[in-house]
Amino acid sequence: MSTENKISRRTALMKLGVFLNGVVGVFLAVPIVCYLLSPVAREKKVGYESWLSLGGLEQFPTGQTRLATYRNPQVNDWDGETGNIACWVRRVDGQTFQVFAINCAHLGCPVRWFPQSNLFMCPCHGGAYYQDGSRASGPPERGLFQHRYKIENGRLLIKAGEMPTPGQPAANKAGGKPTCA
Amino acid sequence: MRLIQKVGDWFDLRLQLGTPIRETAAHPVPRETASWFYVFGSAALMCFVLQLVTGILLALIYVPSAGEAWNSLQALNHDVALGWFIRALHGWGSNFMVAIVLIHMVQVFLFGAYKFPRELTWIVGVFLLLVTLGMAFTGQVLRFDQDAYWGLGIGASIASRVPVIGPWAVNLMLGGPIIAGATLSRFFALHVFVVPGLLIAFVGLHLLMVLKLGINEWPMPGRIVRRSTYMQEYHELTHKQGVPFVPHAVWRDIFFSGFILLAIAVCAVHFGPFGPGGEPDPTIIQTAPRPDFFFLWLYALLSFLPPAAETPILLLGPAIGILVLLALPFVAGEGEKSWKRRPIAVLTILIIAVALGTLTELAEHTPWSPIMDAWSSEPIPPQYVHGRTALEREGALVFQAKQCHNCHSLNGQGGQRGPALDTVALRLTEDQLIRQVIQGGGNMPAYGKNLSPAETTALVAFLETLHPANQKPARNASQAVVLGESEVPPW
Repeated sequence: MSTENKISRRTALMKLGVFLNGVVGVFLAVPIVCYLLSPVAREKKVGYESWLSLGGLEQFPTGQTRLATYRNPQVNDWDGETGNIACWVRRVDGQTFQVFAINCAHLGCPVRWFPQSNLFMCPCHGGAYYQDGSRASGPPERGLFQHRYKIENGRLLIKAGEMPTPGQPAANKAGGKPTCA
Repeated sequence: MRLIQKVGDWFDLRLQLGTPIRETAAHPVPRETASWFYVFGSAALMCFVLQLVTGILLALIYVPSAGEAWNSLQALNHDVALGWFIRALHGWGSNFMVAIVLIHMVQVFLFGAYKFPRELTWIVGVFLLLVTLGMAFTGQVLRFDQDAYWGLGIGASIASRVPVIGPWAVNLMLGGPIIAGATLSRFFALHVFVVPGLLIAFVGLHLLMVLKLGINEWPMPGRIVRRSTYMQEYHELTHKQGVPFVPHAVWRDIFFSGFILLAIAVCAVHFGPFGPGGEPDPTIIQTAPRPDFFFLWLYALLSFLPPAAETPILLLGPAIGILVLLALPFVAGEGEKSWKRRPIAVLTILIIAVALGTLTELAEHTPWSPIMDAWSSEPIPPQYVHGRTALEREGALVFQAKQCHNCHSLNGQGGQRGPALDTVALRLTEDQLIRQVIQGGGNMPAYGKNLSPAETTALVAFLETLHPANQKPARNASQAVVLGESEVPPW
């Protein structure tokens, strides 16, 4: 056997070794990527949103807008207070509600309700909304995000569980039927 | 002494580091680079070392859990001996590091150091700037207070605007559907493992290239960089007129780094640690979140961009900015280095500095935000209600009760979102005032549905009084003629 042959056989073995590592690498990469993408995968499979109770209807007087809070349906023990989420509930009349997410439609800051002037104002970049959630002024491109709601056994339920952001298709669908101020 | 020599030799035989270290220390640098302009890189490195040490010290106590992080920061501030000082050093070290990295970048740009053959050094430097800013942002999140919580919300809202993958990017960034434990954990991993790892790797590369290629020579007007001749010219500069790096140049680096360390320590003692602010409880909505100093300009920009331009500018702006920085050494890899003959370079720096400075200054005052409690905390100035009719005073009440004061100032008090109203009667006639109040427009909400006719009448009557005593309010002259009001015009 010539020296050249020996070297080429070893080169071949080295290449085989690199190939073997590549295969193992791919085997390892798949679970790693799945692990990293699990927040996205879950959203696509099960979804984050579910129906939650905000309490009895009597808490929400007709014609008023009140702050309500709920515990996010998907939380861990170590989430602490961050698992508590606020929203604005407006009772238009008897069975008609509007439930607004607390997050400004511009960049997500918490909007505040001013009953005297019937406006929601945002402390961050100065967005303002009318009482029906439609845009009044400032940088937001759209009205406030709305949660879907239903009434069961005298309780107000909303579909919630995910922070609404401007790019979310769900956030844009959930606007529901437009109501007049 | 002989024993020390023996021990040293024993190690050097095995490590073989003595010769390369001696060569590095003695390597010649151009005489003029032994200058106070060349100290910022080493000072940035010193800041990074301080951040590493104080960061590890903080990690001994800090709990990266959404439920406990804020409490552990309070414990660091109040219970752990000198915990406040370590937090203050880390916080001020971060501010100094970003500032010095920026100054270093400006100096390198103005001295033409990114030109041949140091293009890659510049590119790695651009990445170093990005990871430094990444450290600043992720660090701000770890100070898990209200600002951090809502800052994450802003980050998620920006990420969601990326076409197609936006909503997934949000879930990936937050580690779930909302800002919670998973979010803090992943920002902890980024701040403590991923980004510092990148930073160390880039610093290593950056330093290696500075040593291999030599420090940029002092730019002389008229000394043109050409790829064909530069290496030879630089060799002559260093080997014929050069001085050894140690001690001729290095003493200034050491002095300046020491001075910066002292400045950080003095700031830490005098000003103390940053926050944490209010508890990260999203149901506490009485908050006005604001970013840390080096992101204030962005905060101002986000308030001023027109809504339609915002998403494209937010998403494309950073990409274009980074591409321009990366392309710079390829576009201008040769030619004049001296800032004295590069007016556009100097002008660019000035414009960027003025723009960032102005935006930062504006963000300190946030004139675009309504002052949420002005309607109940800022009274109408007495001279504006003194001697007024009952209707006008009723209008002043409406002005307060309907939160007009949150966006409009009187006598310098109140919001600055809308124009100051001290002389509004000079600018708008009665009819124009009514129209503006009822229909809004020009960034003002319409109040038509929120004011009764009586309230509107009273409010406009009050606004009509807002003019200097010696100037008459604006009036619709043609209307007066049509209605047969025989008032003689003042002119």
